Amino acid sequence: MSKTCTDVICPFCGTLCDDLIVTTDDEGKKILNVENACAIGAEKFLHASDHSHRVTRPQKLQEDGSFKEITYDEAIEYTAQMLANAKKPSMYGWSSTNCESQSVGHEIAELCGALVDNTAAVCHGTTLIAVQNVGIPSCTLGEVKNRADRVIFWGCNPAHAHPRHMSRYSIFPRGYFTGKGQKQRKIIVVDPRPTDTASLADVHLQVEQGYDYELLQALRAAVRGNELTGDIIAGVPKEKVYEAAELLKSGRFGVIFFGMGVTQSLGKDHNIDAAIMLTKDLNDYTKFSIIAMRGHYNVTGSGQVLGWQFGFPYSVDLSRGFARYNPGETGTIEVLKRKEIDAMFVLGSDPGAHFPMECVKEISRLPSVAIDPHITPTTAICKVHVPVAFVGVEVGGNCYRMDNVPIEARKVVEPPEGMMTDEEFLKAVLKRVKELKAN
Amino acid sequence: MDIVKLTLTKVPELYLEAENITPDHFAGKTAQQIGELHVHLGNTTAKISDYFTVEGKGGATAADTKIIISGPTDKVKYIGMKMTAGEIEVQGNTDMYTAAWMAGGKIHVKGNVDSFCAIGMTGGEFIVDGNAKNYLAASYRGDWRGMQGGKVIVKGNAGSDTATFMNGGTIDIGGNVDVHLGTHAEGGKIIVRGNAKGRVGGQMVKGDIFVLGQVERMMPTYILKGEEEVELDGKKQMFHVWIGDMGERHGKRKGEIIYGKIYVPSGKAEAAAPAARAERKKKLTDKQLEQVKEAFKGQEPTVQQVRTYIYDTFDIDMKPMQVSRLIDGLKR
Ligand code: SF4
Repeated sequence: MSKTCTDVICPFCGTLCDDLIVTTDDEGKKILNVENACAIGAEKFLHASDHSHRVTRPQKLQEDGSFKEITYDEAIEYTAQMLANAKKPSMYGWSSTNCESQSVGHEIAELCGALVDNTAAVCHGTTLIAVQNVGIPSCTLGEVKNRADRVIFWGCNPAHAHPRHMSRYSIFPRGYFTGKGQKQRKIIVVDPRPTDTASLADVHLQVEQGYDYELLQALRAAVRGNELTGDIIAGVPKEKVYEAAELLKSGRFGVIFFGMGVTQSLGKDHNIDAAIMLTKDLNDYTKFSIIAMRGHYNVTGSGQVLGWQFGFPYSVDLSRGFARYNPGETGTIEVLKRKEIDAMFVLGSDPGAHFPMECVKEISRLPSVAIDPHITPTTAICKVHVPVAFVGVEVGGNCYRMDNVPIEARKVVEPPEGMMTDEEFLKAVLKRVKELKAN
Repeated sequence: MDIVKLTLTKVPELYLEAENITPDHFAGKTAQQIGELHVHLGNTTAKISDYFTVEGKGGATAADTKIIISGPTDKVKYIGMKMTAGEIEVQGNTDMYTAAWMAGGKIHVKGNVDSFCAIGMTGGEFIVDGNAKNYLAASYRGDWRGMQGGKVIVKGNAGSDTATFMNGGTIDIGGNVDVHLGTHAEGGKIIVRGNAKGRVGGQMVKGDIFVLGQVERMMPTYILKGEEEVELDGKKQMFHVWIGDMGERHGKRKGEIIYGKIYVPSGKAEAAAPAARAERKKKLTDKQLEQVKEAFKGQEPTVQQVRTYIYDTFDIDMKPMQVSRLIDGLKR
């Protein structure tokens, strides 16, 4: 016999699909089958329930480079001591955990005068900067499904990164005002490469790599009916730019989805700034919205929780007792590069694999703790690795979808015996930090 | 004018936040009182005298006070923040936010400065003999007011995002600037005596930018209006005038639309073809590959180990994906 769990949330990408059906064995220990999820999502569930390869107790790095098992209590003590004694600790990650844990973590950060930063630092942080500069006209994915007849994918490739995005929301679904589905929508893809998403497009603008800003500004000028200089604009023929502008203006409801192709290429926040302004300009002719293709399933949530607690969405510096924010100064990569911090705490992210080598070396030099269910390049260089239960599989909690809609994740199986969750571990650390700070 | 001499004697282990080093805070104080003022390092608070020796005394008012700072001040932030009058002279380099939100007086840094210097400046004079990094005279995040008045002179080069949201004042850069010069500007005057990297005046509403060297690639949304004789440095010169940004909103005066203007000296045509941006090579030579192979012979190295080794020995920062492909390749 087996048990079935319906309406399960997939804790993998920012699409946060909420229609999964998971079958477990009778005791609720092993996952037998996952329906509706895409290949990556299903793999996350099946992989989590295979306990044979998982570390179930914290480990500490020894002098000879090997790891030795320690108890959770020892790990809590080490973490609390490290954070309480540091002059400027950094607490980074937060994207692959629930909002409840983030909130506890921020309390620790406030007590210890730490920097709090999430993975937006290496993906959509630039989006947040642009939003502060010029605002954002946005909508939910439900509106896209029901209304959108012009869809732009700029510098993103959902065919691989958000596999069910296109079928659930953006290209194929038949909605209230979009009864004919894909036939009713015009898809524009802007990408230097012919990606799998581009193969579904009605128009593919093959922009010259690193010139998105020029193309966006040119589109804005074209929407206004202004002249442009040169026959080829950022790799695209001038007529095609004017045609694309007409196509956008002729729709009833349009949406721009953009990804790391624009947020992390030359120009960064300026690219998004221009994209948002293009959206605003198009609203003079029709209805247009813009949505960021967030990667981790709860990176949006981290921005939300930081936002309501401290007023800033990432790279928050609490070292002086009040919140300050300036990516470029208080971002984790910058402080590691400039050697501005003296302790590193990582939860729910893998800077060891994504940061520049200089920063990775700095992490390995500092007192450091990594909280992660897996063994990752980060856990391999941190002094202490604390394994925890998988959020969204072994413990529930609140998560935010890429369009800022909160969705409650569900627990489907039990974690391995005696394993702590992120929240339990952080609460224990908080208790100990309070004791240490009281003296 | 009374002079206060600060000499940094202890290099801070992290970075020092010293927004109290301004003539405004020093005015009317003795050396000892100045030494008692706070500096901050991470979540700890220290005194100026913990890091600096203080000589002299402050003048009666800020305008009567001059501060001379020497020693290795590379790791000191916020010098001269929000100062309104008086003078500061720094013998060496300074870190971020030097002259930030400065309203009056004069700061002269003889070395280099880091990013975010002179942001939101409203008045006074800021002179740098060396180079400045990014966001010089720009706005604070989310603010629509960058530099609004005063004068910034950098003798060397400036980084990217210089003068974002500028709406007044003058910036004079002796060397080259990186991308995004005068983005969102709504006024003011920028002079670049070297070359500009590109995206000059993106989203500019109003204002003047002079580039005396070359613009690597002009924005497609700027249109060549013609030639004009303009006075610069007291000399009349011929300039090609480009107007834009055509994608941005613009105001009208007497029925005529006011655009942002970029002036490039006549005869110095814009670099026609965009210089291909130099891609940093991230490949190992055959010889280096051999060396890596030799170093990890008979072992099962992790990706991170190999990545560290390559970074340490060849100074090449490879992505973990590339490294793992490389290991697979070597195994075969
Ligand atoms: S699209 Fe994203 S959220 Fe949906 S099942 Fe796939 S990985 Fe999970």
